[in-house]
Amino acid sequence: MIKYIIRRILQSIPTVFGVTLLSFLLIHMVPGSPVRILLGNHYTPLRAAELSKTLGLNKPLWEQYLIWLGNIVRGNFGFSYTYDKSVVSLMFQALPHTIVIVVVAVMLAHVFAVFLGSVQAYFENTKFDQIATVINYFFYSMPTFWLAVLLVIFFSIDLPWLPSGGIVNTQLSNPGFGDWISHLILPVGALFLVSVAGWARYMRSSMREALLQDYVRTARMKGAHEFRVIFVHALRNSILPLITLFGLSLPSLLSGALFVEEVFNYPGMGLLYWDAVNSRDYPIIMGITVFIGLVTVLGNLIADILYSLVDPRIQY
Amino acid sequence: MIQQSLPIEEVPVDSSHIDERPNFMRRFWQSGMTKLGIVLLLMLVLFSFVGPLLYRHSAITSNLLATDASPSAQFPLGTDSVGHNVLAQLMVGGQSSLEVGFAAAIVAMLFGTLYGMISGMAGGWLDVVMMRIVDILLSIPSIFILLFLNVVFQPNIIIMILVLASTAWLGVSRLVRAEVMTTKNQLFVEAAHALGVRVIRVMVRYLLPNIIGTVLVAATFQVADAILAMAGLSFLGLGLPPPTPNWGGMLSDGMNYMFQNSWWLIYPPGLCILVAQVSINLIGDGLRNAIETRER
Repeated sequence: MIKYIIRRILQSIPTVFGVTLLSFLLIHMVPGSPVRILLGNHYTPLRAAELSKTLGLNKPLWEQYLIWLGNIVRGNFGFSYTYDKSVVSLMFQALPHTIVIVVVAVMLAHVFAVFLGSVQAYFENTKFDQIATVINYFFYSMPTFWLAVLLVIFFSIDLPWLPSGGIVNTQLSNPGFGDWISHLILPVGALFLVSVAGWARYMRSSMREALLQDYVRTARMKGAHEFRVIFVHALRNSILPLITLFGLSLPSLLSGALFVEEVFNYPGMGLLYWDAVNSRDYPIIMGITVFIGLVTVLGNLIADILYSLVDPRIQY
Repeated sequence: MIQQSLPIEEVPVDSSHIDERPNFMRRFWQSGMTKLGIVLLLMLVLFSFVGPLLYRHSAITSNLLATDASPSAQFPLGTDSVGHNVLAQLMVGGQSSLEVGFAAAIVAMLFGTLYGMISGMAGGWLDVVMMRIVDILLSIPSIFILLFLNVVFQPNIIIMILVLASTAWLGVSRLVRAEVMTTKNQLFVEAAHALGVRVIRVMVRYLLPNIIGTVLVAATFQVADAILAMAGLSFLGLGLPPPTPNWGGMLSDGMNYMFQNSWWLIYPPGLCILVAQVSINLIGDGLRNAIETRER
């Protein structure tokens, strides 16, 4: 077991390096030099040559990569072109906002998807199951950004219940906890709805298989209540694939967060990235790409290790 | 009975597969959901490609006397803030969405299949390196890469196809490799090797027929993904440049006017994207079910 965990960690190290190399190369595909962007109107060939030297841009590419990598390892992601702040401080400002909506949405979506999928599998091919399947399909195919726009129309324009964007009501002198929560509901709701649909479909088929197993029949024969049969005996095994699925769905969750943050003007990592792309702020683009790659690799690693811990049938 | 002597190499190795093809097609057609998907997709194709022939209005002319007009007899779906005819725009936008979606999926399918087959057949360190590259590219969410690429290369329709394909092939190559790994150790492949059939021929004649089903299913879902990704990029303001209308861009323009209750700028483009997603996903599910039943 320990051996497997160590091997799995070692396996992900080349991927991490690959991610850094990829984002470094992507930035260097960009035509035009960063010196020109940095100097702007103050551009003269002499100043450009000086700045290239201080930034180390006249060194060979592989040396630049190593220097950059060394900086990243020490937590230095460089300096933003547009904000006059370090990339790390900008990311630390944005990160908590993204974590809040993604984590809350994922937890709610998991609980609800497990419940819905299980109940659907139990009442397989009844009217309830068919209607739920159609609704799932609808949300599964729904573009995240359109869903987010619709939520704004329904719940902040037609029914003026919730704010349409931002994180606080700037007109309040002392916006409290309730205000913060009310700004979270729609972004979380959008991410929740698009995640539930896929997971519930998966859970339904997983539970359907579990309900056909012998141990479920045994549980019924010894007189266990149906509720106990589904949510204790069958659930334990059918929930396992969802752990892997969570690791695999991290990239799509982060893309979803990007769209949601853009629609709700919610100052998280996605919005920061989108702004950076629009203003060609390459240090931020590089920093976020590397960071998101790390998160994804780490998420998959944790999901795999968790899976091996909770499923005693797997031998390594 | 006369014994027919066939050249050994030409023995139809995958006859079971060919025998069952009619059943496969029947199973594919039998499902009501699949039929619904095909009908919806056909409607979308007719709307985008035949529609403009019947409804002859320019999508890119600004009717400056009728900006932000609500739906009327002259403009069945109203006009946007610069007086573009929304219905005409939807039709033309559908053309680029469908063309780019299918083209990107085909490019991704060809490249992903080739890549996955080489990786799976080669094995050893080459396989490890090739698959690690896929892992690396997959660990950055595609929309982040696509946004960046669209800033670097000002996209036209060809570049858009290549950019979308540049992330779409990854999943296909993984699937193909996994299929090749399970198929290449089967007896008929070993027999082909023993007979001295060249590796390229083994790949094309012996392996490809066995994995084509999986590839087709994956490619179908890639069409939906590519259409969604392109709409998303346009929604974020980084799609095909104007004046080419497209659904995502129309939606993001409409979003600026949602407080004026201009529903005709928000529901129609969103609905078009949704119909494209639902129809193609339904067809993909139908294909997958038909293939999985065959293999059972």
